[in-house]
Amino acid sequence: MPELLRGRGVVAGRASGPALVCTAPVSGWGGIDPATGTIVENGHPQHGRSVAGTVLVVPGAKGSSGWSGQFHLAKLLGTAPLAIVFGHMNSKLALGLAVLRVPAVTGLATAGAIRTGDGLEVDGTAGTVLIRREG
Amino acid sequence: MQLSPADERMLAGDHGPAVAAALDLLVRYGDLMGAERLVDTDNVCGANIFGPRHARVLGTTDPAALFSRFSLDLDATVDVPPFRAHSCQLIGPRDRDRWDLQGITPDDAAAMDDSERYLAEKGVDLLSTCTPYQVGNVPRYGEHCAWMESSAVVYINSVLGARTNTEGRESSAASMLTGRTPYCGYHLDAHRRATHLVDVRHPVRTTEDWNVLGYWVGRQVQDAVPVLTGPGLTGATGVPTPVQLKQFGAAAASSGDVEMFHLPGVTPEARTVPEALGGREPAAVSVYDAGARAATVASLCRTATDRDVDFVMIGCPHASLEQVREVARLLEGRRLADSTALWVFTPRALRTVAERSGYVAAIEKAGARVLSDTCPAIGQFLPPGTRVFATDSAKQAHYLPAIMGVQGWFGSVRTCVTAALDGRWPDA
Repeated sequence: MPELLRGRGVVAGRASGPALVCTAPVSGWGGIDPATGTIVENGHPQHGRSVAGTVLVVPGAKGSSGWSGQFHLAKLLGTAPLAIVFGHMNSKLALGLAVLRVPAVTGLATAGAIRTGDGLEVDGTAGTVLIRREG
Repeated sequence: MQLSPADERMLAGDHGPAVAAALDLLVRYGDLMGAERLVDTDNVCGANIFGPRHARVLGTTDPAALFSRFSLDLDATVDVPPFRAHSCQLIGPRDRDRWDLQGITPDDAAAMDDSERYLAEKGVDLLSTCTPYQVGNVPRYGEHCAWMESSAVVYINSVLGARTNTEGRESSAASMLTGRTPYCGYHLDAHRRATHLVDVRHPVRTTEDWNVLGYWVGRQVQDAVPVLTGPGLTGATGVPTPVQLKQFGAAAASSGDVEMFHLPGVTPEARTVPEALGGREPAAVSVYDAGARAATVASLCRTATDRDVDFVMIGCPHASLEQVREVARLLEGRRLADSTALWVFTPRALRTVAERSGYVAAIEKAGARVLSDTCPAIGQFLPPGTRVFATDSAKQAHYLPAIMGVQGWFGSVRTCVTAALDGRWPDA
């Protein structure tokens, strides 16, 4: 059964893709390899997973001020996420969203219901995330 | 967001498409941050020298095209007027004079010279360091700035009492063009109060200690503003030096997201712990003890297993003169192991003084090198064949293994220099 989660839309627009659930904030510069979208920060719980073509479900952004620059490069290389579902806003994420121009939603009370690999439909205008889970 | 009449004119294109795009970006970014308006800034630091990593993506080395696409987030190349705000170039991809050591081709070096010249024509100060505050860009107390570089942001907010959020390439470029930045976050008093108390029980004396404490604090508080107190900070130690504050902040901004801290008696915005907390109870308290220190050092060396060290990196953030002098003294009359390189990174202006003082000659005579304008993590380069490196910087130990896929050891500058002389990291 599809499950609809309601939050707050932050960047308008709609996108669909498989979820990548990160259990720790993600760094940009020194955090992802823009050539592949792979998370390269040592010790990150999702080290080795790629953000490319996913709906990135993440507590927030952290680390170097190169966050937007690195995700900007990823966008031009085709390895950026298609949408972002996040918990906590800061300047790195705000600028990253302004540059990525992908739909974004926050404030999901039940974001924990999302699992990596779930098919998600993000509606940044309505502020909703629809989970389509196989089986 | 409430825009001023001057903002409206910039947004409408009265000053051309580059300024209009810059203001549009600041409005979209500021709206996401919850800013109600923009504020004037006349001190902006950004990173807009483009090397092959960016040029390859666009298929051009034209500096105007690279600036429009990457700095202004535009699809087309536009004319860019001289920058409105006092602007400064941070650390970049190459040493202007010693790019040969980095394995850069003459063509790529020439393209980066063009990129740098483009900025100079717009009025950018080419300080070319992650530490502009060491070489003449010292914002005054309370000054609204728009700086990139997490280690510099935490330094000027905390140690100098200037006010900046952690900007990125696109927002700092937009501020250079418009002289405006979103009035939110660390520009506001309310955001600058401490919410997290750090009780330092284990002694913090040396620069190595301050690196380790910073790395641990970042993990504990994430993006909160910490206030530090406790018996580990008093007694024989006295107050931390500017170098120790530089290393502490850089480490805390790497493991976590610390953009400001209070150290009552040292940093200017709070004389006491209650004042730092704004009269409130801390939302969280963390205790730094011997166990926390040991676990943090182990975490900083988590990628290292081989003790044969190929490369020692000193100067992240860029070394002060006192740090360069310390390396020179440790190397004087000695010779690096054949298999090991040692590179010291310092701002170009300080390199000039270090040359004059004989430090560069002493370092080079030992077989080591002094570089400026860049670092291995930013420029993504290493001496050929490097598998294992060592550094005195928690920040570099955090980033370089992730960026370059090498093993990294962390220790004091003395331990690092000794490792370069012996070719080997000391046994535990």
